[in-house]
Amino acid sequence: MILLWYILIPAVAAPLAWLVSRSRPDLARWVALAGTALPLALVTWQWVSQAGALKAAFVAHGPGAAGLVQGTWLADVHATWIAPLGISFFLAEDGLTLIMLVLTFAMGLLAVLASWRGITARVGFFHFMILWTTAALAGVFLSLDLFLFYFFFEMMLIPMYFVIALWGHERRVYAAIKFFIFTQASGLLMLIAILALYFIHGRATGVYTFDFTQLLGTQMPSGTAFLLMLGFFAAFAVKLPAFPLHTWLPDAHTEAPTAGSVILAGVLIKIGAYGMIRFMVPLFPQAVYDFRTIGMILAVIGIIYGAIMAYAQTDLKRLVAYTSVSHMGFVLLGIFAWNTLALQGVVVQIVCHALSTGALFILVGTLQDRIHTRDMAKMGGLWAVAPRMGGTAMFFALASLGLPGLGNFVAEFLILVGTWQVSRWAAVLGAVGLVVATVYALWMMQRAFQGQETHALRFDDLVPRETAMYAALIAALVVIGFYPQPLIATARQTVTAAQQMTAGSPLSPEAASAAQTMIVDGATADDGQ
Amino acid sequence: MLQLLWIVPALPAAGFVVLLLLNRHLSRRATALIGAGSVGLSAVVAILIAVSFITSPPPGDAYRQVLWTWFDTGGLAPQIAFYLDAMSVVFMVVITFVGFLIHLYSTEFMERDEGFTRFFMYMNLFVASMLVLVLADNLLLLYLGWEGVGMCSYLLIAFWQKDVQNVYCGRKAFIVTRVGDTALIVGLFLLFTQLHTLEIQPLMAGAAKNWAAGSGVAVAAAALLLGGAVGKSAQLPLQTWLPDAMAGPTPVSALIHAATMVTAGVYLIARTNVLFTLAPDVRLAVAIIGTVTLLYACFSALAQHDIKRVLAYSTMSQIGYMFLALGVAGWSAAIFHFMTHAFFKALLFLAAGVVIEALGGEHDIFKMGGLRRKLPTAFWAFIIGAASLSALPLITDGFYSKDLIIETSLGAVDGNAWLWLGALAGSLLTSIYAFRLVFVVFFGEQQTPVTLHPRWRMKLPLVVLSVLSVVGGFVWLPGWMGGFHPFETFLDTALPVTQTVAGSFAYTGVAALLTSLIAVVGVALATVWLVESRAALARFAARPTPHDVQTFWLNGWGFDWLYEHVFVIPVKWFARVARGDLVEPAFSGIAWLNLQAWRALSASQNGQLRVYIGVAGVGLAVIVAFVVLR
Repeated sequence: MILLWYILIPAVAAPLAWLVSRSRPDLARWVALAGTALPLALVTWQWVSQAGALKAAFVAHGPGAAGLVQGTWLADVHATWIAPLGISFFLAEDGLTLIMLVLTFAMGLLAVLASWRGITARVGFFHFMILWTTAALAGVFLSLDLFLFYFFFEMMLIPMYFVIALWGHERRVYAAIKFFIFTQASGLLMLIAILALYFIHGRATGVYTFDFTQLLGTQMPSGTAFLLMLGFFAAFAVKLPAFPLHTWLPDAHTEAPTAGSVILAGVLIKIGAYGMIRFMVPLFPQAVYDFRTIGMILAVIGIIYGAIMAYAQTDLKRLVAYTSVSHMGFVLLGIFAWNTLALQGVVVQIVCHALSTGALFILVGTLQDRIHTRDMAKMGGLWAVAPRMGGTAMFFALASLGLPGLGNFVAEFLILVGTWQVSRWAAVLGAVGLVVATVYALWMMQRAFQGQETHALRFDDLVPRETAMYAALIAALVVIGFYPQPLIATARQTVTAAQQMTAGSPLSPEAASAAQTMIVDGATADDGQ
Repeated sequence: MLQLLWIVPALPAAGFVVLLLLNRHLSRRATALIGAGSVGLSAVVAILIAVSFITSPPPGDAYRQVLWTWFDTGGLAPQIAFYLDAMSVVFMVVITFVGFLIHLYSTEFMERDEGFTRFFMYMNLFVASMLVLVLADNLLLLYLGWEGVGMCSYLLIAFWQKDVQNVYCGRKAFIVTRVGDTALIVGLFLLFTQLHTLEIQPLMAGAAKNWAAGSGVAVAAAALLLGGAVGKSAQLPLQTWLPDAMAGPTPVSALIHAATMVTAGVYLIARTNVLFTLAPDVRLAVAIIGTVTLLYACFSALAQHDIKRVLAYSTMSQIGYMFLALGVAGWSAAIFHFMTHAFFKALLFLAAGVVIEALGGEHDIFKMGGLRRKLPTAFWAFIIGAASLSALPLITDGFYSKDLIIETSLGAVDGNAWLWLGALAGSLLTSIYAFRLVFVVFFGEQQTPVTLHPRWRMKLPLVVLSVLSVVGGFVWLPGWMGGFHPFETFLDTALPVTQTVAGSFAYTGVAALLTSLIAVVGVALATVWLVESRAALARFAARPTPHDVQTFWLNGWGFDWLYEHVFVIPVKWFARVARGDLVEPAFSGIAWLNLQAWRALSASQNGQLRVYIGVAGVGLAVIVAFVVLR
């Protein structure tokens, strides 16, 4: 039942925030704070108390995909909803879900905190939207019924649209519509794929169901599977975003208010990664394998192209937005590599990117609130004006370029070392992306914070509320950088289960390592002659 | 005692954290105390550990301390663990001790700087990272230190960040070294995938066991590590960042860009010597890179006007010697030269710092001159440093280590006459540019008034380093001087012994005499060139744009120009062209098409009944025709 609370608390807090704002606008902030902090506390408590269970589940259900799918949920809710159509209200939670939920509520909380001073218009409605998004996101990560998943997937789109369109910056309506159309169109492709899967499975077995666990392993011609896989890929690749479907993101990020950017970067785009790991690859392992080369090429282009585009920008927020394209390229690369190292790297990357990029967006937001511009040509030398802000920006810039000792490095290293075992060139090019990351991160620091301050800007350095937010994010990144094991251990069961679902396909690590060994043996044999 | 190992890097790291958190609440005195004190304490602990290590060596001549497992997944389980053997003892002691002297010096040098706390914060973090680098027991932790020192190097070069030029230099250093680091991390991917561990000792054992000498995988692994080493140690072709790194405060140049960080590449190659032994071709490449770089840097040094740039090129050149030694399997000789170089190069930089400060920030050597009497401490320190750099026989530490490298370049099994001749030529050039510097700066007529005199915190490090630059070499005397070599014996517990050709000419007294003579001749040439011919000096100074060759050398042989045109300009061009996103037109094209379709269709909604009826009629006719004719 605890799973319901994760959706219900923010969902109930949402109208409440709107209602109280009619009499006391500021109270809405506190309601929203409670509406995100409470489930965050709840999920953290669950994480801590279930740490043992996570381990035990992994040991007890190690081999055997069936056992993993059925028996290892930390918690689940299974209720019939629209029985005649085989639609059920099926929520379940495992390690990955737990991590995604922590991220959702933490980013929701940050979004509320980051808007404490910046949002003054329609305060109640704003927090209603933020809470609604949070509830829908929790639903997305908890659903294992594909129909329910799609339901929440669409549900989160609407409040996000309003957040951008109503509280955004100069070109907010354009950005909001673009965001909506991209997501909606690709989402429809996924809906078609879901329905096709539903009918194919129903015709073959007589059981018409949207239950993901039952749809696993549905037999179909490889051409059909490939098309259906593309349907899912379209939706998740737009969300992620993967090159060349990324162009909504710079606009949406740039125009969204800080809270919107934080949720977008921190959680919303992670649905792409989550959906691929949870649904796309296990449902269509062979098709994903056939698509692997293209997927990896897109990932590598995304890494390098995104980084160069970040370097090319003059708008600070747009620069940060493009870094997401680059970082999500690593995620895509890791997913297509599909071995333990790479997948664990993806999980760490999901978390660390949320923390570091979320922080950068908040930073840009606080800066924009103070100097009313995002144009780096109008900045420069700000370190001298606000040293604490400068130091904070430096930290997150370094995190962004993958400095060892911070979580992002662990993630990128794991992804690349895993990728190396599948495709050496992809790993090398991904590593080259780290050099370009250095270029944009340092360039950003120079343009905004270093050099001579020539625009006579005077503003306050970080206030305690902001310092506390950044301190928490910095601490989290350093802890993950030096001891990511809790994160890895939490996701291990999910990663193993997902891999076992694809065990029979050439995508499985066993098949890959067998191929690898053959290559190596061949190479040494040649050398010996 | 050895159990205290973790404290050595932890102390400066703690210094960093304390300075970071208390930042504004600290007085300058407290900052200095924390900043220099943490490194000083670390040096004390390091020396105690070294004494304990030497007097009662741990079993296997190595000590390993595991703090915790970093992470553990997919067969990759690197630990946060330190590994201490003879080689890391040498590095640890030199880093902390020289590091402390430079911190002490900085407390005075930087005392009027507004970023005083920030400076010590970065410096402490640097020392901590450098210690992690040399103490790491696995390559991933080594990489952490490796990138950490790179980052601190960036932060410190760009320390005076109000000047964009300094920031540019810092960025250049970080980006160029990161190009090398990419090769290194790809090397890690390869090593882990092949040998299933990143822990250095098992890794080396595994490589020796599984890989044949000269096998493709060994060559690839060694070449990739070499790529990282070349970047960090500013060897060709990734040397371009080091001269620009001089934009940082002078103590930074002394610590990072002379004594410690730039030798990280030397450490890495020596640490993974097994791989390089398995890849003779790559080792030959190391020797050639070293020799070419040392000559390249000598010529460039001859043409510089900036006192720090001369020293920067001399650093590059001396590391070239270390690479040459590594290339001919003279592992211990390279480490020996690392140590002596750390002493005399730190000394030279700190003395240069005194001169620069005394003249109010002047870097141009032709605006100096005649400082011999005004700044006697700096003068004598500089003389000792330059003598050491030039390897003047018997009384300098540089002589013992460099002579050893020159010997080894011919006398080792892998040595040859070309390398030896290159090393000798470098030796001649080195003494010419070193003493050119001395004569121009300290002799002749005074050009700029001295406004500041060093006090004890700047003088003491000079004195200590001067003494070390004289006696530091006595721990490894050449065979013809009686063969007292405890340093070698100590390093032999960690590094393979160099195979030498019995009865080689290189080890005879004649060869040693020749080497010594060449160094002396260099000094004499510099004297003739500059002191004896004041007119030449005047001419030299009066001509700000010397002839072409000199300009070529001054600008580092056009490498910057080349890289600018091959890498920077194309990327900038692409960034400019693609700024609006190259794929955007495809999507806005779709949007435009929709818009046009909407316009066309809405044009049909014109409110004229007869048009509507007409269209409906035609539609009906088409449907009827379709149904009937089907």
